[in-house]
Amino acid sequence: MAGAIARDPNSFHKQASLPVSNAYDPTAELVRHGDELKATLSGQWTAARSEAVEHEAAALEDAARGAHRVLIDLARIERLDTLGAWVLDRTRHELGGRSQRADFVGAKPEHRILLDEIAYRGFQQLPPPRRSSIIDFLAQVGESVVDAGKDVVRGTSFLGEVVVALLRVIIDPRRFRVASIVHHLEMVGFRGVPIIALISFLVGCIVAQQGIFQLQRFGASTFVVNLVGILTLRELAVLLTSIMVAGRSGSAFTAEIGSMKMREEVDALRVMGLDPVEVLVLPRMIAIVVALPLLTFIAAMAALFGGGLVAWAYGGITPEVYLSRLQQTISQSPSTFMVGLIKAPFMALVIGVIASLEGLAVQGSAESLGRQVTASVVKAIFMVIVVDGLFAMFFAAINY
Amino acid sequence: MAETSHSATPTRRPTPQDVNDREVVIRVRGLEVGFGTKTIMKDLDLDVYRGEILGFVGASGTGKSVLTRAILGLVPKRTGTIEVFGEDLDALSPQSRKAIEQRWGVLFQQGALFSSLTVKQNVQVPMREYLSISERLLDELAMLKIEMVGLKPDAADKFPSDLSGGMIKRASLARALALDPEIVFLDEPTSGLDPIGAGEFDDLISTLQQTLGLTVFMVTHDLDSLHSVCDRIAALAEGKIIASGPIDTMLASNHPWLRAYFHGKRARAALA
Ligand SMILES: Nc1ncnc2c1ncn2[C@@H]1O[C@H](COP(=O)(O)OP(=O)(O)OP(=O)(O)O)[C@@H](O)[C@H]1O
Ligand SMILES: [Mg+2]
Repeated sequence: MAGAIARDPNSFHKQASLPVSNAYDPTAELVRHGDELKATLSGQWTAARSEAVEHEAAALEDAARGAHRVLIDLARIERLDTLGAWVLDRTRHELGGRSQRADFVGAKPEHRILLDEIAYRGFQQLPPPRRSSIIDFLAQVGESVVDAGKDVVRGTSFLGEVVVALLRVIIDPRRFRVASIVHHLEMVGFRGVPIIALISFLVGCIVAQQGIFQLQRFGASTFVVNLVGILTLRELAVLLTSIMVAGRSGSAFTAEIGSMKMREEVDALRVMGLDPVEVLVLPRMIAIVVALPLLTFIAAMAALFGGGLVAWAYGGITPEVYLSRLQQTISQSPSTFMVGLIKAPFMALVIGVIASLEGLAVQGSAESLGRQVTASVVKAIFMVIVVDGLFAMFFAAINY
Repeated sequence: MAETSHSATPTRRPTPQDVNDREVVIRVRGLEVGFGTKTIMKDLDLDVYRGEILGFVGASGTGKSVLTRAILGLVPKRTGTIEVFGEDLDALSPQSRKAIEQRWGVLFQQGALFSSLTVKQNVQVPMREYLSISERLLDELAMLKIEMVGLKPDAADKFPSDLSGGMIKRASLARALALDPEIVFLDEPTSGLDPIGAGEFDDLISTLQQTLGLTVFMVTHDLDSLHSVCDRIAALAEGKIIASGPIDTMLASNHPWLRAYFHGKRARAALA
């Protein structure tokens, strides 16, 4: 029993020293009498000496070639664990398979029990999946095209679900989760202000600097105000904000919803009769739809401010001139200001739907969570740009 | 070479008298653990002897898991010493600590399987890290452990999220046993198993203890396990070990909680 191993005074110290000392390495002494091989094993046949165990067993098998009978004497083995027992029994089994007789002799009772428990048997290996790289590649391409199509359908129907949830909440305003919405407004909107303002400010500076540099050659550097004003208000502010929000908040939504999905929290909501769309998705959607236009406005102001600073410092355009030209530019095409802001809620919907859908698509594993978060950000940024393109065509068509 | 004859030691369960001359593999002295202002345990002493199965009981929330985690070094302690295999865990170099970590296996209360790996890969994680063996042996050993804990071979290629609660326990025991450790920590191994499965689990633990000389530290609420496999039981309450000893000591104790625990309706049913 256990005591036999436990009482061995050495058994503890040998193991404790690192690297393991060689004195207890498993060894097989092989003696040949005619066609009988006798192997006397000693040392520790344990996982701690796994490499030597495998090596000695292979050597034994080699040496047994041509012997009709193999006796494996286990009496002097000091320690045996499942790894050692498995390798020994496998060796015996394989010798048996070569129509040789192999037997264990002299095993201590506890080793005997272990060998009986372990009892070597082959494990049937599952056939490896068929692989053909060209077919695989084509199949993958096909799959991703179909998936992209399905994504659009799923996104649209999910948006429908969100709208239904919204209507339910409007009919029964007690279900309006104010605390949750305020929390997400803070996370998406308020906490996003510094970084979004900073980035927009810098981009405003860069556009102004490049504009002045190019326009100077035609002596038209004051037109930089038109450039900065129109570009920022129509496109840059909303694009920059959407991309930042997709990266900051879209990923957070996916990770939050995804980890709840992973730990069956979403299922827990469902069995309590709560709709995950209403509880988890709707507050986030409302928050992002409200926050994104506000952030866009802040981004626009920051970019205009940055542009103005550079125009003043680098182009010699004083703030008064800058402001009056800006006013003139905007009043010439009054839609400029609105074009950017109109797009913002749509961008928010796109980001929110993609982030929530990807979050709900998370499976049980941590890896799948990582994959969906990545997918969420990549798809959201891609779709933001596509939607921006569609708006550009639309506004051009209606001359807005 | 002459065949060596040798005398067999008869298999025998350790008796309480043995305990005094046996090696202590885990020695905890004056342990204090707490979170923030809350103290979970104070001045706690505990010995675990080599080759025994120690059942660890206590009401829910008294800190059984926390004590296990403190011994494993996962929860910081405020004061006290913890010795494993005679070595103070605080005084170890990272290298010797690694050597000790190879010699224990842990089954966490929630399983803690790596969710992105299959069961077989989970079992192979510690093997790949510490053993240098052929790919074939690696596969065979993983399958062996998986079968040993009573899982079907087809469970080997499943991911943890596709397993039932009981299968998760078994798979994570297989992983705990991957390196043939000398000590295993089991946090409620039989909770969530059907009674037959729990019984098989107990048998498995006691077979391993007898054949491998395994020392088992088992947190459990399962009265059947306490009766059938545990050599000794330690009870935790009010942040201290209130009693320890074989089941008879527990049954004879006058501590109100122990009386309620071991003489309650469920306990009588388990004894019957
Ligand atoms: N990380 C932590 N921070 C703060 N408190 C903790 C932490 N981990 C555990 N606790 C507290 O420590 C106490 C003991 O918890 P523990 O998980 O050890 O209980 P237990 O005895 O294992 O119970 P059970 O039988 O239900 O598993 C609990 O009150 C728990 O709230
Ligand atoms: Mg616990």
